[in-house]
Amino acid sequence: MELFLQYFFSGLTVGAIYALIALSFNIIYNTTSILNLAQGEFVVLGGLVMWFFLEKLKLPYGTSFLLSLSIGGLVGLAMERLTIRPVLKTADPLLLILITIAFSILLRGVLMFLFGKEPYGYPPLSEGEPIVLWGAVLQRQVIWIFIFVILIMIFLYVFFNQTMFGRAMKACAIDRVSAKLMGIKTTQMVMVSFILSGIFASLAGILITPITFVEYDKGPLLTIKGFTSAILGGLGSNWGVMAGGFLLGILESLTAGYIHSGLKDVLALLILLTMLLFKPAGLFQTAEQARLRKL
Amino acid sequence: MKKLFHNYYFSTLLFYLTILLLGFIIKDPYVITILIFAGLNALSALGLSLLMGLAGQISLGQNGFYGLGAYLSAIFALNYQIPVSLAVLLSALISSFLAIFLAIPALRLRGHYLAVATLGFGEIVYLLLNEWGPGGPSGFGNIPKLSIGGLVLEDPLSYLVLTWTIFCLFFLLLQNLSRSTFGKTLHALHSSEVALRTLGINILSLKLKIFIFSAFLTALSGALYAHFITFLSPANFSVFYSVLLLMMVMLGGIHTLWGAPLGALFITLLPEVLRPFKEYDVLIYGFILTISLIFFRKGIFQALEKGIKYVLSFRS
Repeated sequence: MELFLQYFFSGLTVGAIYALIALSFNIIYNTTSILNLAQGEFVVLGGLVMWFFLEKLKLPYGTSFLLSLSIGGLVGLAMERLTIRPVLKTADPLLLILITIAFSILLRGVLMFLFGKEPYGYPPLSEGEPIVLWGAVLQRQVIWIFIFVILIMIFLYVFFNQTMFGRAMKACAIDRVSAKLMGIKTTQMVMVSFILSGIFASLAGILITPITFVEYDKGPLLTIKGFTSAILGGLGSNWGVMAGGFLLGILESLTAGYIHSGLKDVLALLILLTMLLFKPAGLFQTAEQARLRKL
Repeated sequence: MKKLFHNYYFSTLLFYLTILLLGFIIKDPYVITILIFAGLNALSALGLSLLMGLAGQISLGQNGFYGLGAYLSAIFALNYQIPVSLAVLLSALISSFLAIFLAIPALRLRGHYLAVATLGFGEIVYLLLNEWGPGGPSGFGNIPKLSIGGLVLEDPLSYLVLTWTIFCLFFLLLQNLSRSTFGKTLHALHSSEVALRTLGINILSLKLKIFIFSAFLTALSGALYAHFITFLSPANFSVFYSVLLLMMVMLGGIHTLWGAPLGALFITLLPEVLRPFKEYDVLIYGFILTISLIFFRKGIFQALEKGIKYVLSFRS
């Protein structure tokens, strides 16, 4: 039982990170129908930039935290401005995919140029002994991760339901043409979605680095995992993709614990393929819902 | 004379002879090896060019087929003592057979979904080669060299001839194909699936054929690679290979089959030119790919041609 709980907790931890990445996929997908395959690189960016501020410049934790988040957002903005906007009008999906891939390689190259190939880590948000819960060990950082995930959930709820801007974004996600006719600046919404997505992905990186370390080439696998979570929960719904993230994290952790640790990544990919092939709308929504939400 | 250049048989022959002549004149084994790699990459890129340029489908899992082709052929020859040339053919056939299982469900998907499904496939093959491939992550060696009817191709020069001959044969075949009704249908698939469907064409079977053929070419190239280099490790079969192929096709020009060999030559020779910056290859590749996607969407060679024409028009 203790062992199961331990696997479960570590699954929840990874799952929270996947949930954040899946969320950042979803935000861009909703406003543009683009799957940004550079998302994993943003996670790595968050971790590495945080290390730079915290360990290299010796800035206080809070300052580094906010600075890293804003850099994540800025890079998202730069990506939208420089690579997406010039070609968004052509709307050739093949081209848009290729561009996000190209940008991911570029970003990975820049990160390697700036930080080299070593893994980086820094101390967690709060020091102290890990907490023991029913015989399973829970690191303090994990609690922080959960707090942030809950905060983001509240933020998303308030943002999309209570603010004018969020509602405009929601409208843009549901029907871009009508939104435009109602006087919503859709290009602005696209820009904001890239910024938000950059911030969420780098937040995932900042939070996970004290537990697992980051290096420049971790991005692609994180992209795939985040994407798998998004597909598992059903692209289009923020709550769905978050649930998908946690589910994938737990499944992975149980597979690694009970069957074989090498199978962990294969499992995620198999889930991805099976979902794509048999139920691309995701676990928590019907095909009808997915179609209404999108397209 | 001008007419001759527009004849694709002639221009392919000219291209073929130029490459071989280059190899025979320079004679440096290093240069020849690079040219062989360029030929193998060109063969893989040809498969992708067929899929992307003609049929408008994307695949990021070509590294999976490349790896399958290489590993299967090597294992057949090494463990089951199958004659090498037969092993090459067999592995390419088996890989393209396996492609059916990926293709039937995956080709129902479009755009981003297809891209990620194939990416997932490539990654699975890579992970499995790492876990269960002979030698694991460090790989295995002593793979026999290719021999045709008792003649062992020890000399790199003979391998150069073989690689580029195979490439040019398929190249001619595909050029013929793209001018046929079948090729025209594929072009139409790129522009509008709906239009094709109204004409009563079975789109899935069309996509399936093209996907399998592209997997065949890539696996064949992988098998040929295995018997040339005689040592395999999973590192060469990561997703980065698929991305390189993508770059070859995009840089060479997606709308013409000539994009594959030209792009392959360019991308394979590029690291040799950029040797001093080897540390930063990822950065340079990413930069080139991003720039070329935004500014030269029809390939750099076409952009160059346009530029030259533009300059010439000023002169007269």
